[in-house]
Amino acid sequence: MMETDDSLVSALARDLDGTFEALVVAHQDRLYSIALRMLGDRSDAEEAAQDALVRAYRALAGYDGPRIEALRLRPWLATIVLNLCRSRLVRQGTRGQRPLSLEVALPATAEPRSEDSRRPEAVVAARDAAGEWARLLMTLPLAYRSAVVLRHVDGLSYPELAAALDRPEGTVKAQVHRGLAMLRNALELTAAHDREEVIA
Amino acid sequence: MTTGPEIESALVELRVAAPPDLLPRVMADVGLADRYARFDSPIGPLIVAWNGLGVSAVEASTDDSTFEASHLARTRRAAWAAEQVPDRLARSIARRLDGDRRVRIELDLRGHTDFEQNVWAKALEIPRGEVRPYGWIAAEIGHPRAVRAVGTALGHNPVPLIVPCHRVVRTDGSIGQYSLGGPVNKRIILAAEGLDPDALEATGRSGVRYVGSDSTHIVCLPTCHAARRIGAAHRVPFRSLPHAVSAGYRPCRSCRPGSGAIAA
Repeated sequence: MMETDDSLVSALARDLDGTFEALVVAHQDRLYSIALRMLGDRSDAEEAAQDALVRAYRALAGYDGPRIEALRLRPWLATIVLNLCRSRLVRQGTRGQRPLSLEVALPATAEPRSEDSRRPEAVVAARDAAGEWARLLMTLPLAYRSAVVLRHVDGLSYPELAAALDRPEGTVKAQVHRGLAMLRNALELTAAHDREEVIA
Repeated sequence: MTTGPEIESALVELRVAAPPDLLPRVMADVGLADRYARFDSPIGPLIVAWNGLGVSAVEASTDDSTFEASHLARTRRAAWAAEQVPDRLARSIARRLDGDRRVRIELDLRGHTDFEQNVWAKALEIPRGEVRPYGWIAAEIGHPRAVRAVGTALGHNPVPLIVPCHRVVRTDGSIGQYSLGGPVNKRIILAAEGLDPDALEATGRSGVRYVGSDSTHIVCLPTCHAARRIGAAHRVPFRSLPHAVSAGYRPCRSCRPGSGAIAA
């Protein structure tokens, strides 16, 4: 991916209009995933990802060649989509803590995966688990949700994460760890709640 | 207790594929590709194409692959089918076809010459229900001798109906050519706009090029809204503008018949 991005920025610097489609193809899944896990809504996420890519194009159109060549595409694009998600959430005034619909909670892995010879029950259980993680992510405060989504859903390295969030590496590491701890806690609480319901 | 690696692999599972419509939407939004859809008109189903800069094409409906190939050849941009014309654009087009000139429709006319764009901008000034001669456009844009070039530019109009090239006819009142399916369609559209194409041609054949009012002493092109209000008792036909001027008539400031006369 890193090598691909290196050749992508050189091509973008030479011929933005002829190369931009390749940038969209290479980065649309991750930008949509970040947006979906930050916003919790498919159509909001599609709009945010679209907006981010359009803004990226307009920014690139205003940059000269050397500036484009110096870009680190992964964290740069992540920052753009993340900022759009944050301002959406602020506008909605909900800080993202609204209930998730069942449809959104399910991961969009309709295509069979390689290990899909598993028993149906296991697949369903896995799907429910992913839905549960998506729901729990939405309960995290924004700073922690951003850090966890970029690190563990998108897979940014800590240096990339520090660049994307414009914070020291130590700070973002702490945010990721704290975010994971909060997720673990929330899962324990949910599990305990389920047990109580079974007993009652 | 869920361990760290388990959470981490669970979170990786939250990566999803972007919806298939995201790529075409982004590419069209930045003007590197177009979307298209079909809509109904008085002359049958048409295709309209657009992108973030504006409407880029209006043409008679063909099958998808034929349109996509010809659009690519003409604009060097891919065209992706959309489910429908976006609501706002559809409403704007409908209002414009209804004669409402206040509605603004952005156009993407990249790649066309200044001369062509000037011709189309001038055609946009012709009100619904009226027509102007090719020579009128040529004179109004400052190229009174370029009558043929005006005809060619109108033939290349990529957005017929929105830029109403159907409202430009021959000096003798005959309907002339039309890029969107030929003269028959031109007559249908003009009739839908309240003009009688047969009467227009009959007037032209009789040699009448201008119509004046003997009460106001103003002379107009025959389809000017002012000319159409002149009662039969006050209606004075003229074969040429100098005839009218020497009879004491001044050219209408709305239809500016003098512009046609220079080239006629």
